Amino acid sequence: MNLTLKVWRQKDANSKGEIVAYDVKDISEEMSFLEMLDVLNEKLVAEGDEPIAFDHDCREGICGACSLYINGEPHGPMNRTTTCQLHMRSFKDGETVFIEPWRAKAFPVIKDLMVDRSAFDRIIQAGGYVSVNTSGNTIDANAIPIPKEDADEAFDAATCIGCGACVAACKNASAMLFVSAKVSQLSLLPQGKVEAEERVKNMVEQMDHEGFGACTVTGACEAECPKGISLENISRMNREYLKATVSPGK
Amino acid sequence: MSATGLFLCLFLVGHLAGNLQLFLTGEEAALQFNAYAKFMTTNPAVKILSYLTYFSILFHAIDGIMLVASNKAARPQKYAYSNPSANSKWNSRNMGVLGTIILVFIAVHMSNFWYVMHFGSLPVDSAGNKDLYTVVISFFTDDSMGLIFVLFYVFAMAAMCFHLLHGFKSAFSSFGLRTAKTKVIFEKIGYAFSIVVSIAFAAIPVYIYLTH
Ligand code: HEM
Ligand code: SF4
Ligand code: FES
Repeated sequence: MNLTLKVWRQKDANSKGEIVAYDVKDISEEMSFLEMLDVLNEKLVAEGDEPIAFDHDCREGICGACSLYINGEPHGPMNRTTTCQLHMRSFKDGETVFIEPWRAKAFPVIKDLMVDRSAFDRIIQAGGYVSVNTSGNTIDANAIPIPKEDADEAFDAATCIGCGACVAACKNASAMLFVSAKVSQLSLLPQGKVEAEERVKNMVEQMDHEGFGACTVTGACEAECPKGISLENISRMNREYLKATVSPGK
Repeated sequence: MSATGLFLCLFLVGHLAGNLQLFLTGEEAALQFNAYAKFMTTNPAVKILSYLTYFSILFHAIDGIMLVASNKAARPQKYAYSNPSANSKWNSRNMGVLGTIILVFIAVHMSNFWYVMHFGSLPVDSAGNKDLYTVVISFFTDDSMGLIFVLFYVFAMAAMCFHLLHGFKSAFSSFGLRTAKTKVIFEKIGYAFSIVVSIAFAAIPVYIYLTH
């Protein structure tokens, strides 16, 4: 298949970028989206041009490194799918495909399609951990009984890969889905309960400090999240935040 | 946002209940409505509620405008091509626009009736109360402007309906009450509330226009 790509090119963080059109020819439907970009990049390199910079790592949908706002949606048109797991059969021969970086004040562009997502790391550092005793008599986590329902909910929240598609999709560039998944995965379990109040306050504070917008419950994040993290996590985080600020210590 | 929004929803219920009296016709109905209007402008308990409502509208509108502004600032560079309808509903993305329509409506609506009742010099009915009933009826049946006002009121109620279709359920998420089980309940109640209340309000001017 042949496609016209409209790709955001930006030399570095301080340059003004622009959309550049590329024609790609003889693309196989079995290729992944990133392989299609690899083919284009090989051609660009062979012609002496700068290849298009984009993030990727595992290419199997588990690391959260890949991104790309494809035809108006983060990770492209397939639901519950990361860009690395998206295949060219999702596109039509002759189609024009827009490829842009995540857009958010808190995710500045580094180059072309790569953005700096270290704001997420700083949110995790602010509280996305549990303190455990490592002096040698650590209790095995499996020795603590946990209701199946809680374990399932915590696990669902823990499948967040930190890709940032929720921020990219949200009209407010809000990071609530990501932060609430991280808050939920810990606070639902006994090990995470100890620091639950401080955690939610600190992580929300860091999130606001990074310049993400506020949640207005449009549901765009949930619809675009490759891991199906649900809006209920956001409501749980609101609940915990209210509890931690209105009646702390209960 | 959520607290003032839900308080305003409560206000809508009360306001609607009172205004449904406008569906009644005849001398009796006019006297009853005017007595009610007098009660609403003089009773001390109602006064407290109405100040709470004025405050809620102002706070909700100012907070809403600030929210829209700071959320816009969180994405300084727009996408060249975006397809938001693939992941969210139109009204949920345009709460500020819908709210602004409601705000303009509230200003017009208050100058139409609230201002006249409070500060205008009105003829009185046979019971000695200001005759607001006749003001309302002649407002919507006016030869030159009546139809335009009816259409404007219906349009504003449609905007309110879409504002609430999103806002009602959204408020419960903001309060932390949305769970996998409750989300369907809040959504259903919210949809029913928005549609019934908006249609009932919109029906008043339409009914007056068609029957008087
Ligand atoms: C009859 C009057 C009104 C009622 C009953 C009402 C109700 C609500 C409710 C229940 C919410 C959801 C709150 C939340 O999600 O936390 C909301 C949100 C909102 N309202 Fe209103 N509202 C009214 C008038 C207005 C006005 C006059 C404005 C002014 C410009 C406005 C602007 C907004 C905005 C910007 C939101 C944003 C939150 C979002 O996007 O979800 N509203 N409203
Ligand atoms: S919540 Fe979903 S979209 Fe957001 S960072 Fe996690 S996996 Fe990505
Ligand atoms: S490259 Fe790892 S999730 Fe896509």
